[in-house]
Amino acid sequence: MNGAATQALGFQRGYRWARANLFNSWFNALLTVAIVLACVRIALPALDWAVVRASLNAPNIAACHERGGACWAFIVDWYRFLLFGRFPYEEQWRPGVVIVIFLALLLATCDRRLMGRPLAALWIIGLAAVGVLMWGGVFGLPYVETDLWNGLPLTLILAVGSIAFSFPLALLLALGRRSSMPAVRGLCVLYIEVVRGLPFIVVLFMGVQMLPLFLPPNVFISKLWRAEVVFILFIAAYVAEVVRGGLQAIPRGQFEAADALGLGYWRQMRLVVLPQALAISIPPLVGTFIGAFKDTALVTIVGFFDLLQDASTGMNDPTWRGAYVEAYAFVALIYFVFCYFMSRYSRYIETRLGKGRR
Amino acid sequence: MAQTAERFFAHDAPRRTAPWRSERVRSVVFQLAIVAIVVAIFAFFASNAAENVHRQGIASGFGFLQREAAFEIGNKVVPFNPANSYGWALLVGFVNTLTVSAVGIVFATLLGFVVGLARLSTNWLVSRLALSYVEAFRNTPLILQLFVWWDVLRISAPPDREAWQPLPGVFISLRGVTFPAPIYHPIYLWVAIAALLGLIAAIALGAWARRHRERTGRGLPSIWIGLGLVVIPPVIVFLAGGAPLSFDVPQLLRFGFRGGESVTPEFAALVFGLVVFAAAYIGEIVRSGIQAVSRGQIEASRALGLSRGQMLRLIVIPQAIRIIVPPLTSEYLNLIKNSSLAVAIGFTDFLSVGNTIMNQTGQVLEGFTLIAVGYLLINIPTSQLMNLYNRYMALVER
Repeated sequence: MNGAATQALGFQRGYRWARANLFNSWFNALLTVAIVLACVRIALPALDWAVVRASLNAPNIAACHERGGACWAFIVDWYRFLLFGRFPYEEQWRPGVVIVIFLALLLATCDRRLMGRPLAALWIIGLAAVGVLMWGGVFGLPYVETDLWNGLPLTLILAVGSIAFSFPLALLLALGRRSSMPAVRGLCVLYIEVVRGLPFIVVLFMGVQMLPLFLPPNVFISKLWRAEVVFILFIAAYVAEVVRGGLQAIPRGQFEAADALGLGYWRQMRLVVLPQALAISIPPLVGTFIGAFKDTALVTIVGFFDLLQDASTGMNDPTWRGAYVEAYAFVALIYFVFCYFMSRYSRYIETRLGKGRR
Repeated sequence: MAQTAERFFAHDAPRRTAPWRSERVRSVVFQLAIVAIVVAIFAFFASNAAENVHRQGIASGFGFLQREAAFEIGNKVVPFNPANSYGWALLVGFVNTLTVSAVGIVFATLLGFVVGLARLSTNWLVSRLALSYVEAFRNTPLILQLFVWWDVLRISAPPDREAWQPLPGVFISLRGVTFPAPIYHPIYLWVAIAALLGLIAAIALGAWARRHRERTGRGLPSIWIGLGLVVIPPVIVFLAGGAPLSFDVPQLLRFGFRGGESVTPEFAALVFGLVVFAAAYIGEIVRSGIQAVSRGQIEASRALGLSRGQMLRLIVIPQAIRIIVPPLTSEYLNLIKNSSLAVAIGFTDFLSVGNTIMNQTGQVLEGFTLIAVGYLLINIPTSQLMNLYNRYMALVER
């Protein structure tokens, strides 16, 4: 086939596609035209601002304003503070490596071949490395206090730590809620419903302002670990409900068969029920994790230097004052990449589970 | 030997298990142990708290609620001045939270249904646009979105003189959003009563028409008659009353706007942010609810010769609603809980008023108890109602 004919065929195909997908009724045709017009009016100026007239290299915000576009020079100048906050400047390779470790761990968790013991081993090694890198004080690394663990590593530590450590508590709560013992069931229901009835920010305020009152006078827990404890206790109630959903989906026959095999309660759960229940719970669990990841942004309200706080510090710097859209865009992009990747992964698991069932 | 014989004849004698092997005894002991542990933990915390409160000289008890607040509340639906009590201030904050939530829920539902239907549109551009909307707003933190909206209103918005005018009569400026409001007229009350009566009649008619259809197989156009019952009487009352419709349209004068209603930038940013965020979730709930109605149902209703409208009304919507309502309710609860992010952008909601009071009085324990009880008062009854609804709907299933 010669070039012109291929091109003609392409046009024909494009025309047919447009007929079927853009202009299949007068209403849709109207919508299409309206959207295209709106794009021209909104998207083009936005593109002009963000790309064409943007400055990657400028001494200050005034120079950016002169070109009339986005001031990405601010991000270029400030990216280390935005990512790592007040972590000592020459030591910032450490949180950098920590981010890479977390990414590697998250990717490894998505790999089915590593499921089970190897994955657990990887996580233990990885978290130990994170601890060493962040704290320092050994192997010639200077000690860094937890107040200076800022930015993206803080977000990751809070999110990953909360989901990982809330899991055992959540399992017990979920099993307790379905227990035949009224006292156990009552306590679990009370905990889950109360925690889920409260806004996270209220619980976070409580943890930061009220928790010290409940501890003996000589015990002091740093703010980071107080927030982490609050995250764990809070997320556990949500994870418990997800696991309960998984438990409810297990057919009665499985319990009865396990009974018939003479397995006791804990062995029944460990060998028969939980492996099945947890497998179906993976997609909603990932959803909960995404929620926890986004909720970490709330620590900015109680005075943590997380990504958002770093961004506001940057946009209030005299040299770059007012570059708030650029700063928020940078932070939003980081959150978006993580959450989008995780939601894709959850959808992939969901389709795979669906295939296994049919 | 004797042992074997005993075991052999054991089924004749009533079987006795040792008490520590009996399931009942074990269960009671286990539960007592759990309760004891929980009580011990609570006692430990309580004794620490009592000691700390005593040591730091913090007052205790709820007596502070009657004391004068001595701070101003920027946004209020209920009247308030600094001479009022702390208790009244909390109530003002609570009403603010309810107001933001109610307004947010109404607009989020409307926008959410539009987004959900747009996701299912056969128009490629529309469905792609809806998908990008959903992905963008679900994958970034709400607090970040609120900061952006707030900064837009606080930094980028123009002064009154050059206010943005997205719709005729609606102005956005640094001082908030100003919009036209209808001027109240006594006839409105009667219009509302007529509409309510019409609604009751329509519901009764719908129930009767349904029974009639099930008995005889003949349908009535009950939707249209019902719609007529709801719309026509109020319109007649309105016209009979001389159609007193006039709007108080804001006018730009030298020192700002006069007339119309206006909301503060904090309120506008909070409601807008909550609506845009929740609508992304509601859109997905609506889409998956509609898609969950199996194809077979649609094909079967076509085979029965139902029209498109009948198919939607009798087959698709009832089934989709059953799937949509539970997650929709929990989305509403999320919106109410998320409204507490007001504290980050300076809107005086329940939490933020409570926070101010705790800062002034130092009575954290009492303050947090009141705040927690306030939120639980909204959330737990709602989730119980949702459970009831679920049970009621589940009965319909085979």
